[in-house]
Amino acid sequence: MAKSIDVSDLNIYYGDFLAVEGVNISIKARAVTALIGPSGCGKSTFLRSLNRMHEVIPGARAEGKVMVDGQDLYASDVDPVAVRRQIGMVFQRPNPFPTMSIYENVLAGKRLNAKKLKKSEADDLVEKSLRGANLWTEVKDRLGKPGMGLSGGQQQRLCIARAIAVEPEVLLMDEPCSALDPISTAAIEDLIHDLKSDYTIVIVTHNMQQAARVSDDTGFFNLRATGEPGQLVEFNPTKKMFTNPDNESTESYISGRFG
Amino acid sequence: MTDLDSKPAETHLAPLSHATLPGWAPWATVVVGLVVGAIVGGVMLGGGVVATVVVAWLVVVLALPLWSRAVEGGRKGTDRLVTVLVWSTFGLAMIPLVSLTWQVVSKGVGILSPQFFQNSMAGVLGSGGGIYHALMGTLIITALATLISVPIGVLTAVYLVEYGKNNTFSRIITFLVDVMTGIPSIVAGLFAYALFVAFFGPGVKMGFAGSIALSVLMIPVVVRSTEEMLKLVPADLREASYALGVPKWRTITKVVMPTAVAGIVTGVTLAVARVAGETAPLLLTAGLTNYVNFNPFDGRMTTLPVFIYYAIKEPGIYAEEMTAYAWGAALVLVVIVMALNVVARVIGGVFAPKTGR
Repeated sequence: MAKSIDVSDLNIYYGDFLAVEGVNISIKARAVTALIGPSGCGKSTFLRSLNRMHEVIPGARAEGKVMVDGQDLYASDVDPVAVRRQIGMVFQRPNPFPTMSIYENVLAGKRLNAKKLKKSEADDLVEKSLRGANLWTEVKDRLGKPGMGLSGGQQQRLCIARAIAVEPEVLLMDEPCSALDPISTAAIEDLIHDLKSDYTIVIVTHNMQQAARVSDDTGFFNLRATGEPGQLVEFNPTKKMFTNPDNESTESYISGRFG
Repeated sequence: MTDLDSKPAETHLAPLSHATLPGWAPWATVVVGLVVGAIVGGVMLGGGVVATVVVAWLVVVLALPLWSRAVEGGRKGTDRLVTVLVWSTFGLAMIPLVSLTWQVVSKGVGILSPQFFQNSMAGVLGSGGGIYHALMGTLIITALATLISVPIGVLTAVYLVEYGKNNTFSRIITFLVDVMTGIPSIVAGLFAYALFVAFFGPGVKMGFAGSIALSVLMIPVVVRSTEEMLKLVPADLREASYALGVPKWRTITKVVMPTAVAGIVTGVTLAVARVAGETAPLLLTAGLTNYVNFNPFDGRMTTLPVFIYYAIKEPGIYAEEMTAYAWGAALVLVVIVMALNVVARVIGGVFAPKTGR
């Protein structure tokens, strides 16, 4: 079910401000693509434009083509709600719904869309999603407890379970580990490895080792200068990126000389 | 590089402990103050209780900070002074509250009986009357006002927070809501009266007109409190919902509103408590009657505040009984308002998002 994404000449704006300019990238299906780069260079902005979450911010818009499975996400007759049902997203800060239990949080994507599920179907989906997110054994005895009662790492895995419960084609992750300790981070990285067989994953990270550990391809974003729009400087297989990058600024960023 | 292994150098710390006043010091000062106050203020100046308290307060507010300053140092002395001032203003604020409650309870509790709640004032001269008609009037008019204001107020707030996003139209609405908050209640009453006169001719009195007047007062309060509560819902939750492919309206009804419902219900209940005690607009619109009237669309309807007003202002020859009724009705009104506040707190607690820890 996983899909590839082809982006061509994508410009992303906040009001009149051009935040990201001229991105051309082709993201492979059933692979992990990491996006790295200094803060404020437009990685998250670009990621959010891949499932039209970008335009939730007032005044934000994008121009260009994002082709998923032969359909342009920014064509005029595309419904952003339908796009987001196919392309799920996990955020930087874990954000389970505070009014719902663990069980209801996992089902939120179905229930909020008024899908009628039989009790047995719902139970199966919850177990499958929580197992998929490596959380089942930790929470199976307290599914009725509020999702906010879990630890930060567990909450983040709950959010991943919630995202995969709607069975998207693509999973976007915006610094999913930046608020977590090393052990929870390791659990989520293992999870990304497992999910790779079913989903196309795009992950934004500030952690270069993480990018090297989990991804197949890596894109490096940078600003030409302060106040200039961000752009995709280099996009290559991760191995090449971290051993022999094409671009000089990629090498100095990865080796820690700036950023 | 930071050297993590080096031992911290020997340092000479300033002493971390210092002299403190004993725990009973504030109470001792208060006792001394009261004694001095009684002798100086009460006896020597002959000022009675008031002078005693004033002198005692002066003694405490001077002696305790100075004593503390001498023993504990300047910072602690200032702390003691501010503590005394804070407690004093707290006590000052409690005086009207306690005395009002005491007045209402002591004067009103005598008249309370089953009969007082069951009878109206129909054909009653002197004893044997009750507030059944006014109680029902208050409940019906306030309930109708709530029914009108809550949907309008909550939906307005939803528009302002979720859809308006500071555009010109929503700024105009916010401005008008602010203006409405400042409308004197008598003006709201005049507005409702004028509105109903336009339809039913001069001299019209009906409960529903009272409800309209009250909802003019309630709507801005409901809009404001709901708006604040909706703004408190983190944008993260809305994004989480959008990212699951949930349409905006379902995000609002299923995620945003449930998260904010505790605060919204509290705000609504406080708004109800606020208008339940209104008198002026109801004098103009719903009027006074001694009879029970369950139909808000036909004829006069008395509420508790209006009943109290007339019982004190025009008691007729049975002044003593009417005054007793007024205090009884006042007690019932205070209890209703207090009960609504308690209900608001309970509802707030029940609906509040739980952490499960």
